Amino acid sequence: MEKLAMGDYGTYVWSCFVLTFVIVILNEWRARRRHKAQYRDIEVRIKAVEERH
Amino acid sequence: MWTWFHKLASPPHFYNLSRLLIPWLAVPGYLLIAYGAYAGLFLAPPDYQQGDAFRIIYVHVPSAYLSMMAYMIMAVAGGIGLIWRMKLAHAVAASAAPIGASFTFLALATGSIWGRPMWGTWWEWGDPRLMSELILLFLYFGYMALRGAIDDTAKADKASAVLALVGAVNVPIIHFSVEWWSSLHQGPTLVREGGPAMDPGMLYPLLAMIFGFTLVFGAMLLRRIRTEVLHRERRTRWVKELVLAPGGSI
Repeated sequence: MEKLAMGDYGTYVWSCFVLTFVIVILNEWRARRRHKAQYRDIEVRIKAVEERH
Repeated sequence: MWTWFHKLASPPHFYNLSRLLIPWLAVPGYLLIAYGAYAGLFLAPPDYQQGDAFRIIYVHVPSAYLSMMAYMIMAVAGGIGLIWRMKLAHAVAASAAPIGASFTFLALATGSIWGRPMWGTWWEWGDPRLMSELILLFLYFGYMALRGAIDDTAKADKASAVLALVGAVNVPIIHFSVEWWSSLHQGPTLVREGGPAMDPGMLYPLLAMIFGFTLVFGAMLLRRIRTEVLHRERRTRWVKELVLAPGGSI
């Protein structure tokens, strides 16, 4: 527990680490979601055109 | 060399190659970050002046370094796109912006949180390092807003590349601000004459974090470029073949 408290700086240190990991995870998640959405969008459009022909 | 370069710049080749590359960057990157974070938080000795607050550098330094590196990638790619009219270069520039903006925000936020106990203030208006980093954030916002405001992709590419190139002058200003002017921010610790001014127990976790974040940044950038390439090439034959292939690979 003493180690986690980081002297009197626990709030500052942990908030920086948590914020960093949240931003990194959000970056990963958003990039994956955008890519999937883009791919599905193109897939739907191309398959709709193919079905019409 | 040029053949290889041209082959790499071909969107379908890049799309397939980057898919294979991403895990080779992301997995070692996250492993290095896991080691760096653990060693930085629990194994590195406390600083004799800053105590445990110094551990914030393990996330602040990689974020600040990536905020500048992403901008340089954006500006150089924009320049290559303008001069050689390489389509992939504009896709690289457009993809680097949101990642760079998020790391710039992190550098500012973690710096501010560190500043509170160390300097006694969250923010110091007029400090050259803080202000030039804040300008970098606004440059990223301006770049993304400009791209968003122009519907024609080719025009958006050109206008945003010019903005990125003009704004690149801010990057050396950020880096040298602590040497050129009087700043609350400490001077260089890693890249300085006589080598890094750090105990190895503090230095190795920091290097692991910097390399780890760089690899993860590379994976994130490739992921975003793939999306951008897919969007730009959505009407081409290779994208159609990719989508219609049995078990079409994302």
